[in-house]
Amino acid sequence: MSSEVSDSAQELDKLPLDAWHRARGARMVPFAGYAMPVQYEGIMAEHLWTRENAGLFDVSHMGQLFIHGRNVDSALEALMPGDFQAAADMKPKYSLLLDDDGGIIDDLMATRRGDDFYVVVNGATKHGDIEVMRNRLPAEVVVDYMKEQALLALQGPRAVDVLETIIPGVAELGFMQARSFNWQGHSLWISRSGYTGEDGFEISVPGLAVAALADAICEHELAKPIGLGARDSLRLEAGLPLYGHDLDLDTTPVMADLNFAINKRRRAEGGFPGALRILAELQNEPPQKRVGFEIDGRQPVREGALVLDAEGNEVGKITSGGFSPSLQRPIAMGYVASHLASDGTTLKLEQRGKLFDARVVPMPFVPHRYYRKGAA
Amino acid sequence: MPVYFTKEHEWVRVEGDTATVGISDHAQEQLGDIVFAEVPEAGRRVSKGQEAAVVESVKAASDVYAPVSGEVTEGNRAVAADPSLVNSDPEGEGWFFKLKLDNPSELDGLMDEGAYREWIKTL
Repeated sequence: MSSEVSDSAQELDKLPLDAWHRARGARMVPFAGYAMPVQYEGIMAEHLWTRENAGLFDVSHMGQLFIHGRNVDSALEALMPGDFQAAADMKPKYSLLLDDDGGIIDDLMATRRGDDFYVVVNGATKHGDIEVMRNRLPAEVVVDYMKEQALLALQGPRAVDVLETIIPGVAELGFMQARSFNWQGHSLWISRSGYTGEDGFEISVPGLAVAALADAICEHELAKPIGLGARDSLRLEAGLPLYGHDLDLDTTPVMADLNFAINKRRRAEGGFPGALRILAELQNEPPQKRVGFEIDGRQPVREGALVLDAEGNEVGKITSGGFSPSLQRPIAMGYVASHLASDGTTLKLEQRGKLFDARVVPMPFVPHRYYRKGAA
Repeated sequence: MPVYFTKEHEWVRVEGDTATVGISDHAQEQLGDIVFAEVPEAGRRVSKGQEAAVVESVKAASDVYAPVSGEVTEGNRAVAADPSLVNSDPEGEGWFFKLKLDNPSELDGLMDEGAYREWIKTL
């Protein structure tokens, strides 16, 4: 049997919960330069647990930045297409760090905290992002890398019940709302947000306190630690792109179907990197678009597979794909020529010389169940 | 019935000139939740070391190699229909295919069960 599991001998950094994961039977793999848990009891069980209960994810590899200084909000607008000047306090916003061609350097969450911004970027790209920001922001704007902070995500329909027992008050947060809390003398920054399509929270906690907090959460019978494997299958079902796979320097926000991240005022005014190209793509159409695919049969079609039209011409590629634990069938996302990107278009996918029948379908594959105040 | 193992974690159980092939318990554990299995059709000829079946977990795709040469006499429809059988009973009901051995001396280079179980502890 062949194996794609690589035994990497490279030096890996340890995150604050390294021993905690190992003690709970995690299988550790190299990821973003760190040893990280890919699974505990199994991806399928962990995935389904998170959709029904509460899953605890260690995402401490992600870069937490604190950006401050004079006119930081307008300075950030020179790097990203969001409206940072009008950004409301304590409301995380999704945005994109762009290069001069409009290619995506990274995707991130930015939250105004008074005059300053708390920004969470991807783990594999964080050092590059910091360099880009420091090079391109004016001297009076400072980017601090909060490397002593760990980051947890508690996700799932019961996440609120679990976390409220430990940190009273979190249930009051609305979706995409954040504030600081105190837990056993430690300051926590908690936002109601996540990357699974479920209700849940992201918790920034000092590295010295993270093991105690993870223990407290997992003492609850509805919470279990969940590895990166299920994190990937959950976000794929939720139709959420992953940087380095579905987003990269060759994709623009319009190609990636992330137009919501290009603010209305910014569209009118421009002034963000790649504005000419991005505004033209908004007006006309980008050459390719990110779409979802439903695939006949049971075999997963994965990143790297080709998308073919009826004549067998290559018209795109799969950037994420796998077996959906919730739907029990293969799903994928990828890029396809815009004239073939409408829902219902039938296409072929080619993987290792084998052809698969596929259809373009709307995403998410599994409906989002974010918390809405007054609903439920 | 003697059972042999390969360094690629296939097992072969031999009865007369018929060999049953599957993947080891260690292999299924490494793969995790198996979601797809493709087995060869009866009549297909496979040579030692050649890809003969496919197994995919949530995370990755792998080929199953023929540990010995021969003609496939049966692919296990049960694992194609319910791939999780490879997780629950990898060295029993979760077999992949049976073949008629071309050359029983090909078995000589394989590990016996004791040697295999010792060897995987070193991995």
